[in-house]
Amino acid sequence: MRAVLTVVGKDKTGIIAKVSGFLAERKVNILDISQTIMEDYFAMIMLVDVGGASISLSQLAEECAEMGKNIGMSIHVQHEEIFNAMHSV
Amino acid sequence: MFNTNEVLETIDMIEREHLDIRTVTMGISLMPCIGGSAEKTADKVYDTVCKKAENIVKVTQELTREYGIPIVNKRVSVTPASLICAPFANKSSLIGKALDNAAKQVGVDFIGGYTALVHKGMADYEKEFILTIPEVLANTERLCSSVNIGSSKSGINMDAVKLMGEIIKDTAEKTSARGGFGCAKLVIFCNAVEDNPFMAGAFHGVGESGTVINVGVSGPGVVQHAIESIPDADLTDLAEMIKRTAFKITRAGQLIAREAAKRLNAEFGIVDLSLAPTPARGDSVAAILEEMGLESVGTHGTTACLAMLNDAVKKGGVMASSRVGGLSGAFIPVSEDIGMIEAAERGKLCIDKLEAMTAVCSVGLDMIAIPGDTKASTISAIIADEAAIGMINNKTTAVRVIPAPGKKVGDEVNFGGLLGRAPVMPVHGDCADKFISRGGLIPAPIHSNKN
Repeated sequence: MRAVLTVVGKDKTGIIAKVSGFLAERKVNILDISQTIMEDYFAMIMLVDVGGASISLSQLAEECAEMGKNIGMSIHVQHEEIFNAMHSV
Repeated sequence: MFNTNEVLETIDMIEREHLDIRTVTMGISLMPCIGGSAEKTADKVYDTVCKKAENIVKVTQELTREYGIPIVNKRVSVTPASLICAPFANKSSLIGKALDNAAKQVGVDFIGGYTALVHKGMADYEKEFILTIPEVLANTERLCSSVNIGSSKSGINMDAVKLMGEIIKDTAEKTSARGGFGCAKLVIFCNAVEDNPFMAGAFHGVGESGTVINVGVSGPGVVQHAIESIPDADLTDLAEMIKRTAFKITRAGQLIAREAAKRLNAEFGIVDLSLAPTPARGDSVAAILEEMGLESVGTHGTTACLAMLNDAVKKGGVMASSRVGGLSGAFIPVSEDIGMIEAAERGKLCIDKLEAMTAVCSVGLDMIAIPGDTKASTISAIIADEAAIGMINNKTTAVRVIPAPGKKVGDEVNFGGLLGRAPVMPVHGDCADKFISRGGLIPAPIHSNKN
């Protein structure tokens, strides 16, 4: 099962390291990354595979949101289908 | 890979613009529950609802976490109870109580279907059933009731219209301690739909299959934001923007509906794309109309703006889902929409204008508080007017008014939560007694003869 992870917040050092380390610990595989800075704001979108992960998608969403709070970023993990459904005809 | 802007747009819609799945409603057929006695039937009704809807709360919570989109309400709708109660109509309240208890047990906030369909005629057992409504609504918490009194095909059953004016008054009296709260759970329909997921008018039609999932999506805030983003656009472009936004919202709804149906062992029924406001700021249909360029909702131009909004929403929704149903359009419940509440308080919005608006939007006179001393025949006349609009225009119309006991124009009734607060609005003082007491059937319009 694939999910989209988004990280949005004020730019600082170590965001990608923190997030990717966090995912590796939970055996979540990163498939693709796109990252930009928009007016000082850091926005990263990751496509991840949670098929082999040690926790469920909903647990991952909760833990990521929590970890996001700790580093002052807003992190969402959502099933990829929600984006496919809303943005493709 | 996903487009960054699209991903962030979705997150913005959810986080800042109140995009949500307003309701996941499980429709359950109660036909197999009819037993030899009211008591046995009530037991079976309770067991059936508890078993089928057992996991509705758990599954919707899972979906919220996985897809990151809030599901605000979980609800159940059932076969019109007047049919289930037909052999023992005088004991209908037992079924009402069983439904209310089952709703509590499975953890849904409302259960709809204490319903009678009497649009052409009213059998004795149906009349007996309808007479139990005030008592049942006063003695239950989560149960919602509706009565269909007319249709484009059959005309308007004016005997039922007369009766419902009295039933609404009685319901208000029996729940007077809570401002006539019972009336907020009672809808009088013309052209009621069988797959509506929204309360208080939801019931599970007899043409539906055993267990279905119908989903109601909402997002007045998202539409308002989309309109704000093109402040100088002409109305053609505006309609296009609304359509696109409605498309996206409906797609989210369809995804959740399919997944919920799969996990709950039910069929996917329909997606109802309705702009359903809540009392929260930024979640208002009135605000959309004002964003289009009106100084206040209720002024001249309101009907035109609403007509365009309603149509554009439908077009976007139909494109997005193969199974659009329910009411699908814009709702204008006064007490549940902060913009409508404020316009009514400022005296900018009156019942006559709301009535005109119901000719072009998806429902009717909804959640409107009127003076407690309003006569039953006046309420019946309000119902007749709404039903006439629905019958002639081949659309659903409804009346959910609250004659708030002891309150007069200028007072306010507060129901709390999603039902919001309603300023008491004036009704016309001249009576319609003679018209209402005539009874009979207003014949179906000529264009109903299509066979």
